[in-house]
Amino acid sequence: MTQDDLFAAGEPEQPRPEPAELTERIEQLHVEGLAETDAPTEDEVAGGRASAAALSAATADAADVLLEVNDLKVHFPIKRGVVFDKTVGYVYAVDGVSLAVRRGETYGLVGESGCGKSTLGRGILRLEEPTAGQVIFDGVDVAGLAGEELRRTRRRMQMVFQDPLGSLDPRQSVESLLLEGMKAHGLTKGKIETNRELRELLSSVGLPATALRKYPHEFSGGQRQRIGIARALTVGPELIVADEPVSALDVSVQAQVINLMEDLQQERGLTYIVIAHDLAVVRHISDRVGVMYLGALVEEAPSADVYAEPLHPYTRALMSAVPVPDPVLEDTRERIILTGDLPSPANPPTGCRFHTRCPWRQETRCDTERPVLTELKPGHRVACHYATEIGSGRLKPNAEPLQLV
Amino acid sequence: MPLLEVEDLGVEFRRRGLEPFRAVDGVSFDVDPGQTVGLVGESGCGKSVTSLAIMRLLMPRGNRVTGRVSFDGTDLLRLPIRDMRDRRGRDLAMIFQDPLSSLNPVISIGLQVTEVLQRHRGMKQSAARAEARDLLDQVGIPDPDRRLKEYPHQLSGGMRQRALIAMAVACRPRLLIADEPTTALDVTIQAQILQLLGTLVRENGTALIMITHDLGVVAGLCDEVNVLYGGRIVERANRHELFATPQHPYTHGLLASIPRLDAPAGERLHPVQGSVSDNIPWTSACAFAPRCGNEVDRCRSASPELTAAPLGHGHQLRCFNPVLPDGAGVGATGGSAPVDSAGEAL
Amino acid sequence: MVGLTKKKERIDQLAASSATAVVDPTDVESSGGSILADAWRRLRVSPVFWIGAVIISVFVLIAIFADVIAPHDPGELLLRSQTRLARNQLAPPQPGFPLGGDQLGRDLFSRLVIGSRQTLLVGVFATLIGFTGGLILGTLAGAFGGKVDTVVMRLVDVLLSIPSLLLAISIAALFANPSQTSVIIAVSVVQIPVFARLLRGQMLAQRESDHVLAARALGVKRAPIVFRHMLPNSLSPVIVQATLVVAISIIDAAALSFLGLGSQSVKVPEWGQMLGEAQQKIDSYPHLAFWPAGCIIVVALGFTLLGESLREALDPKNRR
Repeated sequence: MTQDDLFAAGEPEQPRPEPAELTERIEQLHVEGLAETDAPTEDEVAGGRASAAALSAATADAADVLLEVNDLKVHFPIKRGVVFDKTVGYVYAVDGVSLAVRRGETYGLVGESGCGKSTLGRGILRLEEPTAGQVIFDGVDVAGLAGEELRRTRRRMQMVFQDPLGSLDPRQSVESLLLEGMKAHGLTKGKIETNRELRELLSSVGLPATALRKYPHEFSGGQRQRIGIARALTVGPELIVADEPVSALDVSVQAQVINLMEDLQQERGLTYIVIAHDLAVVRHISDRVGVMYLGALVEEAPSADVYAEPLHPYTRALMSAVPVPDPVLEDTRERIILTGDLPSPANPPTGCRFHTRCPWRQETRCDTERPVLTELKPGHRVACHYATEIGSGRLKPNAEPLQLV
Repeated sequence: MPLLEVEDLGVEFRRRGLEPFRAVDGVSFDVDPGQTVGLVGESGCGKSVTSLAIMRLLMPRGNRVTGRVSFDGTDLLRLPIRDMRDRRGRDLAMIFQDPLSSLNPVISIGLQVTEVLQRHRGMKQSAARAEARDLLDQVGIPDPDRRLKEYPHQLSGGMRQRALIAMAVACRPRLLIADEPTTALDVTIQAQILQLLGTLVRENGTALIMITHDLGVVAGLCDEVNVLYGGRIVERANRHELFATPQHPYTHGLLASIPRLDAPAGERLHPVQGSVSDNIPWTSACAFAPRCGNEVDRCRSASPELTAAPLGHGHQLRCFNPVLPDGAGVGATGGSAPVDSAGEAL
Repeated sequence: MVGLTKKKERIDQLAASSATAVVDPTDVESSGGSILADAWRRLRVSPVFWIGAVIISVFVLIAIFADVIAPHDPGELLLRSQTRLARNQLAPPQPGFPLGGDQLGRDLFSRLVIGSRQTLLVGVFATLIGFTGGLILGTLAGAFGGKVDTVVMRLVDVLLSIPSLLLAISIAALFANPSQTSVIIAVSVVQIPVFARLLRGQMLAQRESDHVLAARALGVKRAPIVFRHMLPNSLSPVIVQATLVVAISIIDAAALSFLGLGSQSVKVPEWGQMLGEAQQKIDSYPHLAFWPAGCIIVVALGFTLLGESLREALDPKNRR
């Protein structure tokens, strides 16, 4: 149990704990030996408590927020056993994420494999059962919905998948793939009217009407992804979660699909959450970017700032690792090569999740106290104890033991 | 003298019930010792097949390989297969995209590395063991003694790729072919591996053929870059020239389609139209013509040759109507451009 | 070098697939584009498929027109006069009786021809019943998962743990008067767990697939997801298994008849029963055993070949 778990788990309707109460709790933690380091200051407590509601109030009008995620957790049990499965541990795939997405914006989630970004996307859509936390979509907590209510809500939030072929049933023609969602929500009108609608939809994603009678395997990768997008649009959603929408595509086709998604957003006022491992793609398409590491957000910023002034050491390393097609830049720019691999999300490091690989790691605090996402600049949140010091250059990276050759 | 000369390499797939398909269609390039040469292109451009043909790893059945691959003066394509087998691993080694399936899952890493050493360098068990330890250490695998006893599934993706690289460089090959070595890896791990490859090339003087779809990787690593499309090289230049003055519409289009980390936000991408499946054969036209926004009538009726580009030194181009920066003189607007910059080819 | 063969295989596939990717545009139009058409294109050039198909067609035609083909009534003791069992003498082949007579003087050829019907009936019906039973259990387990899955699968495991022939014999023995029906039931029950397990595995894989997730995300209800997406995509290996099970059922049924647990009717010949009767005199008249045994083997082979070629053709790895 970490501090922000304690503070952020409450319902937003409940009155916030008074500062006095908070200090009390922290003292309790001390007594229990859970928080061994110096007590957080008042400011840090406030930061720790900042729920997504509070932060969105700071960054945008509350009415503007379409989706609000509050301390969402998705843990997968690890089961062992010959006859009866016994839970022997958990994979902490998503471990306390809070974020808010405004209507009409594109929120990018970026991180390496195993950071929980896909699980977060699925958790938001309730395709994965959240272990704890809230997903408030347009005022309704989706995490609390069940059965028919949940099914009907799905109409308003859709998903686009990474693997365009795998996500299309190979035995269904494009027409029946597109009709399926409409039928499930009773959106089909007359036969002629529906057919006209489908044709319009296909042409808006750049496919000919003849595609209706064909099967997924007859299309190229990019065309399949267009079908996937069209399918998501059939039910008229407001939010689309796109999980690696272009990473399976060829470079030249990637750009076509990215442009298409941007056009559709313009035309239909869609809100996107784009999940990808490719920082350049995410930064290009998003208004705001959240960087994830081992199940938690480590930084969130307007997309221009992410490259211009990354504040979290992990974001810095990620930025410097992305190859840029420009030899001059490649030869001159500073590179932060991280040592080691991603720790297992079943057994995450204590304190700051990143401290095992962080070049700026400091004694005691980094490996004992989990930093909370704090707003350092307007709209720019970062979860690092020393972000300011690193940013100003006062803190130098530790000299790594020579690791290569 | 170049270490490897590939001349007019062609690979034709012949499958029952299908028309023969030319996957590689007259590819020629040289690799000097210590040089890093990039083969770049999208899926189906023939870059992987080229490397497999050089290594002679294509099944003889159903695949017809033509041309000449001369390595240090010997034509590899005409070598008896037994001699070729000796050379693989010793003179030429290869690294693949998927490190897990390239390693034997039931044999420990140590045994897999020592096996190579024993076979190609005739080392004794104990000497090979010590050498294997050094190799793992060299490719940046921490705690090599423990790793030697482990099995591939116990290693992370990055560590597996390092182990594969260790096996590939075990016999100090003079040429290393890396086929999308970092595509399956995360960016931070990719950066580690690219750094490692760069170091190996610099310190051992190994020549490297880098096969990738990622122009960013090429920009950082390769000395010379070959852009492939539809089984042919369409543009060749050293990396600084290629990225500064890309002249083939395809290279141009590729660069315009990549979202760049350092570009201003909200800038629109300019993708190449269509997809690779819109290819037409090179026989009597330019294969890229259906997707090209710059094509002239000739592009549909004649096949361009690889010739010196209008701009740059040693910059080569396969195009009738190249894309030139504004003010470069030659008809860059396309359409009715009267000057064929590659006209002398015919 | 390790891993090369693997890569080679991959490349060969890649070669094949990239080749088709380019030749494709015209090709797809003509094929109609469905997966079955795709499978048929591969089947068409498979010699294994054709051998299996010819064997089975011949067999089915014989069964249908058995009355016309069989020259005599299989139950009548036409060659009684030429049969001297005491002197180890049977009726030899002669005009009108191509294989001669059996131990009772009945026409062996006619008995084989008419017997094909019973064999076909057993094979087809046993498979159908086994298939249906497996379909229901497998769908239940695969569609609901969790507790339902555990209960169904433990039941299936219990059935699978008993050797199939032993189980079939036990079931057949439950019937007071053994008949063709009891044989079919005994043989089919044995196949239910096989089908159920296979289908359940496929369904579980489908449950995790992206396209099922996509349907869930669309808000499609459970029933359409199961019956439109999961089931149709799980069936290919089950259908392949079915063709193989026809062969197994024929052999199992023959074994039951051979053991005297099959039809006792003297009028209706059956290959397994014929084999059982021939066994008593196998030293003296091996040909009485040879013909029905040969027929069983050839027919079972036919179905096996068909099944194998189907498996190959429907294998998603072969699909582009």
